Order: sequence, then C-alpha cells, then structure tokens
Amino acid sequence: MDSQHFSVPPRWSAWLLVLPLVALTLWLLWIFHVALAQSPDERLAERALAALPESGVTNPVTAVLLNYRGYDTLLELAVLLAAFLGVWALGEAPRGFAPAGPALRGMIAAVVPLALTVGGYLLWVGGHAPGGAFQAGAVLAAGGVLLHLGGDPRAGLPAPDTQRALATLGVAVFTLVGVATLAFGRGFLTYPVAGAKGLILLIESAATLAIAVILVAVYVGGHPVERER
Amino acid sequence: MSAPFLYGSAGLILFGLGLWSLLAHAPLLRKLIAFNIMGSGVFHIFIALAERGARPPDPVPHALVLTGIVVAVSATALALALGQRLEEPDDDTGI
Repeated sequence: MDSQHFSVPPRWSAWLLVLPLVALTLWLLWIFHVALAQSPDERLAERALAALPESGVTNPVTAVLLNYRGYDTLLELAVLLAAFLGVWALGEAPRGFAPAGPALRGMIAAVVPLALTVGGYLLWVGGHAPGGAFQAGAVLAAGGVLLHLGGDPRAGLPAPDTQRALATLGVAVFTLVGVATLAFGRGFLTYPVAGAKGLILLIESAATLAIAVILVAVYVGGHPVERER
Repeated sequence: MSAPFLYGSAGLILFGLGLWSLLAHAPLLRKLIAFNIMGSGVFHIFIALAERGARPPDPVPHALVLTGIVVAVSATALALALGQRLEEPDDDTGI
C-alpha cells in the first residue's frame, strides 16, 4: 500500500458525518446501559455449565468451542483455510526483510523458543483453564512472525507442500472425527463421554498446527518463492 | 457505573470511531484499520455482555470472540493481499 495515499486528510464533507455518528454512538450507549441493567432471564451459560462434566474438559470455553459448538469451530477453521488459499492464490510473496541486526537476532533467539514452549503449554492447559488451540496457534505464529522480521524469508515454515498439508490438517482432522462419530451412530461431532477428552485433544493439536501455519503464511503474504541464494 | 458498562462503553466508542474513520478516509489501508477497530469494539461489547449478573460469566460469547479474533486477523491479511494486488501495475493484460 502506498504510504503517500495514507496521509491524505478526509474531505470536508466527511466532517458532516461526525454529528450523526456521535448521536448513533450515544443512542447505542443508552441501549447498552438498559440492556445491562436488565437481568437476562435465560442464558446459555447455565446449560453450558451444567453439561460440563460430560464434555471431557473442565474449562467451559473449551467445552463450548470443541464440544457443544464443534460445528462452528470447524467452519471457522475452514474460513482460516480459505483466507490462506486466497492469499496464496494472489501471487508470490513480497521480498522478505533484510537480515536482522545483533539486538533483534538476540531477541529472536530468546523469544522464539519461549513462544514454542508457551504454545505447547497453552494447548495442554486449555482443557482446564484459559488456553486452547486458538491461543496456542496465535503464540506459535508470533514466533514465526518474529523470524520473518529477522530476515528469514520463509518465517520458519517448512516447504510449500508441507505448509499446504499442515494448513489443511485442522479441517481434515476435525471432519474425520466428525465422520467417525457419525459412523458409530452418534451424530456429527457428538463425542462419546469416555473418549471426549482424547478426541478434543487430538482436534486441538491439529488445529493448533493449522492455525499457526496459516497465520504465519498469510503474514508472509503470498505463495513462497524458491529463491536459490 | 459497573465494570461491564465501562468496558462495553469503551467498545461502543471504539465502534463509533472506527465507523467514522471507515466512512471518512479514502485510502484502503486506513479503511482496513478502521474496520479492525470496529471489530475490536464489537468484541469488547460481547465480552462485557457475558459478564451480566453476579453469576459466573457466560462462556459462549467468550468462545465466539476467541475464534473471531483469529478469523479477523486472517481476513485482514487476505484484504491486505488483495489491496496490494490492486496497486500493482497491470502486467498480465492481453494474455
């Protein structure tokens, strides 16, 4: 994007929008205030918390994400995959950054292993405390972004074919588990109570890898170019 | 003035500011940043609404916002890639 366009001031007519938008914001604030004051009569929370012992995990957010609303999360992974394929379809990645100076290199050497450790921890802890595939994937991806900033044109990712396989891993494992539960006559993504924890951990591990690879790949910004240098 | 109201109001104000910037600025990059600010505002409101009442917070909006953040990041990356292609000179006309 052109940096010269970026600082163009808005046209004078844009300032006419200020008053209606302030009025809209105040109106929404009033609605929000009224909505907060009313005590909600029935929330999904009670049902979500009541079914927790059958979900295979003790963190209610993970139970919602991967058990009650597994369908939703599967489609969100599909959206991520679509964004990844879209970025790759738009052409080659722009040239990477120049190799980092000693200070950034030192920081990368310390932070990337830490990101890997924290990512693994967040994946495991998601079962009983805040954490899970999305957080773990985001932290792992932050490590990849740092590597890219430090001059690695591939941002620590494997070869393009492996990247493609890893990016589809989340949707693939999720769908296979869904089809398997279907084959055992339980309905799509309806886990048996005994095996729920194992299945959730399997899906979360695949989803973590897929999310991390997709986020780093879209940051690289295009299909990787094999430059022999 | 409760904490959820303060938090949600901040989200609403972010939404309003983002909406103004989205409408007022012509450059695509500024529109994209504005759109992300609007999205952050919506996430704030959603999380504040999960906190209603003295009971434990509702996990459903938490789960939706969690995935929403990651999806918003990847959608922004796709929009940036599209914007970059728009500004490239047309090199493949006539093929």
